[in-house]
Amino acid sequence: MDFTRRDTLALGMGAVALTVLPFRANAAADDAIAAFTGGAAMADTGVTLTAPEIAENGNTVPIAVEAEGAVAIMVLAAGNPTPGVATFTFGELAGAHSASTRIRLAGTQDVIAIAQMADGSFAKASSNVKVTIGGCGG
Amino acid sequence: MAEGVKPRVKAPSKAAAGEAVVLKTLISHQMESGQRKNADGTPIPRSIINRFTCEFNGKSVIDIKMEPAISTNPYFEFEAVIPEAGDLKFTWYDDDGSVYEDVKSVAIG
Repeated sequence: MDFTRRDTLALGMGAVALTVLPFRANAAADDAIAAFTGGAAMADTGVTLTAPEIAENGNTVPIAVEAEGAVAIMVLAAGNPTPGVATFTFGELAGAHSASTRIRLAGTQDVIAIAQMADGSFAKASSNVKVTIGGCGG
Repeated sequence: MAEGVKPRVKAPSKAAAGEAVVLKTLISHQMESGQRKNADGTPIPRSIINRFTCEFNGKSVIDIKMEPAISTNPYFEFEAVIPEAGDLKFTWYDDDGSVYEDVKSVAIG
């Protein structure tokens, strides 16, 4: 197969688009993180995110978050059309600061949990979930 | 969607004072994300429950802000500390302004 100048250019543009698109999807997630943390640094420990490695059906993916001493935990799905999933705010009568629910994932991606601690610090955990059938009903 | 919404809550009827109990909630709701399209290709408008709260005797246990990525028939499991006898009040807030409530009494013993 011969590559004409036009083919080569098209291939190059395709490659550029492939590398740029994931960044665009992540930009919305980064904005949501910045809005939640105010740009503060995040520790790598202190919050636990439990999610399956492989989810057959992206429509209901069970996840659980836990962070001892957290005021709030935000969950994001960076690869969804809108990255926000849920924000759990714990009140004075919360038992263990944990919660579990079921979420939709559009495809294989990272699920991110960010906990805001009582002292104002933040912790982050993320987990990659492989999705066989996406949950956005395209 | 205001029809066919039925909240279901699993909570213990008795607890020791100061004990942390596990609560499980489920509400039937289609949680239309606003991303799907119908047969004509027009997007189906978003219709979800956007907030869920649980209170015990007026004190907050958990307050959850929900986005379209929460699955159909939203399910939550969490823990609450029961300091005295009283009522657990569960409230769901729909996009269309509807509010769904359920109350469970917990005794000490």
